[in-house]
Amino acid sequence: MFVNNDVQTNANDMLERHIVQPNDPQHPIVLATEDLHVFYGKSEALFEGDLQFAQNQITALIGPSGSGKSTYLRSLNRMNDRIATVKGRIMYRGVDVNQPDIDVYEMRRRIGMVFQRPNPFAKSIYDNVAFALRLRGVTGKKKLDELVEVSLRQAALWDQVKDDLGRSALGLSGGQAQRLCIARAIALKPDILLLDEPASALDPVSTSQLEDTLLKLKEQYTIIIVTHNMQQAARISEYTAFFNQGRVLEYDTTSHIFTNPRVQITSDYVSGNFG
Amino acid sequence: MHKAKLQNKIAIGSLYGISGLVVLILVALLGYILVSGLPQLSWHFLTAPAKAFLKGGGVGVQLFNSFYLLILAMLISFPIALGAAIYLYEYAKDNWVTSAVRTAIEILSSLPSVVVGLFGFLFFVVKLRLGFSILSGAFALTFFNLPLLTRSIEDSLRTVSENQREGGLALGLSRWETVNKIILPAAVPSILTGVILSAGRVFGEAAALIYTAGQSAPALNFADWNPFNISSPLNPMRPAETLAVHIWKINSEGIMPDAKAISSGSSAVLVIAILLFNFAARYLGKRLYKRLTSA
Repeated sequence: MFVNNDVQTNANDMLERHIVQPNDPQHPIVLATEDLHVFYGKSEALFEGDLQFAQNQITALIGPSGSGKSTYLRSLNRMNDRIATVKGRIMYRGVDVNQPDIDVYEMRRRIGMVFQRPNPFAKSIYDNVAFALRLRGVTGKKKLDELVEVSLRQAALWDQVKDDLGRSALGLSGGQAQRLCIARAIALKPDILLLDEPASALDPVSTSQLEDTLLKLKEQYTIIIVTHNMQQAARISEYTAFFNQGRVLEYDTTSHIFTNPRVQITSDYVSGNFG
Repeated sequence: MHKAKLQNKIAIGSLYGISGLVVLILVALLGYILVSGLPQLSWHFLTAPAKAFLKGGGVGVQLFNSFYLLILAMLISFPIALGAAIYLYEYAKDNWVTSAVRTAIEILSSLPSVVVGLFGFLFFVVKLRLGFSILSGAFALTFFNLPLLTRSIEDSLRTVSENQREGGLALGLSRWETVNKIILPAAVPSILTGVILSAGRVFGEAAALIYTAGQSAPALNFADWNPFNISSPLNPMRPAETLAVHIWKINSEGIMPDAKAISSGSSAVLVIAILLFNFAARYLGKRLYKRLTSA
């Protein structure tokens, strides 16, 4: 099922790397980056990130702090536009979305994002989900009610909040708030969901609930998740990319990365010897 | 160990002493104003027009003028300050233009109000021929208020966490939609508090108004609400002495027999009004915040 490029050795930096892009006809590639470089001012934070992401699969981005995985993720839907310079191509279904004339707002509706810290808006639970829909011209109470319910159900929050949708979202617990943020993102029916350490501020129970939710969501969405939690990556993802010092050093199926890593640093990292 | 403990005790003791002194001065000042002023207050005092030579005058017109000027000044300065603050905090890039604007605001906010008043006199009263009028006064107050209000609104925007902006952008909202629909609503309690506090400052301002809104308070006909009539309270072209200016004036050149009593009474009214502004700001800000954040 996989094209094995074997261990690649980059002549320029003599880095040991092992990149195997997904190749599964049932899960075609929906997003790919080519020759991606990210600069904060003059300093380069990401030297090369050439990854391909398979549809309806979960891809985990792991690596030590400062390895560039969040920078990479935030570049995918151009959340870094104002603070960084992103060079290279981000191919979304055949279109390079890293071009000046791309409608970023439309693009971000297709490539949604959930952040490290739950960030519900200072609005009611209902409005948190409904308000971006309204701005996009979805009108009619019935239609909105339906979309809000479906989104909250998909995010596994509906049963806990259905009786007080008018309550302020700021009163929710961390886990609930994070699931509200997921509901808010999927209400727009995105194609891809980017998650930046979504469970790092949550307790173990909420984390495990969130993982169950993500496993269900991948039936409809392509998910790319940055995580510090090795077990989490192993539990939920099909593919894992290992980042170190601004470079992708290893990319393969999750089982390969965790059971039989080819690059020494990856092996050290997943076995907890550094990072 | 013992030395550190002793030092700590001395430090705490002196800080208590200093804070106590500040509170004492404040209480003494307020107490003096209220004790000497409160007995003068009556419905008549609060509503009757002032008398120039006889005793028994009130501050009704001055009180009305103060509020009218305040509202006009706020109507003019709030939209400008809001726009400037949004631009500076949400849009402006960190370059020399922005830093020049910020410096200008800082300088403007530390300008003595009497300078603002004299500028207002030369520009609005003389050059633009608005005369000693409520309008001139309102413009002068706008100059006085604008930098303070802009900074306070900017601070309010700063209190809204950066992750709220990211949340909006990640949903495909434009920057303007994010500011307008997420950031501003979340900042409303804090903005409101800032507006009311600056209203208190504007309400008590005298120096900027002496040469712009004038020092006379012609009797008003409170039955006439046509802003084009000269005796109408709403006429923006009439001279309008405010309460703070009134206090300054009777203390420097008041010739009515009860000048001292009127001055004390006016001071009490002014102080009470400003205290009310402050309490209202806290109360409303807290309540709004609660309503927005809790069940």
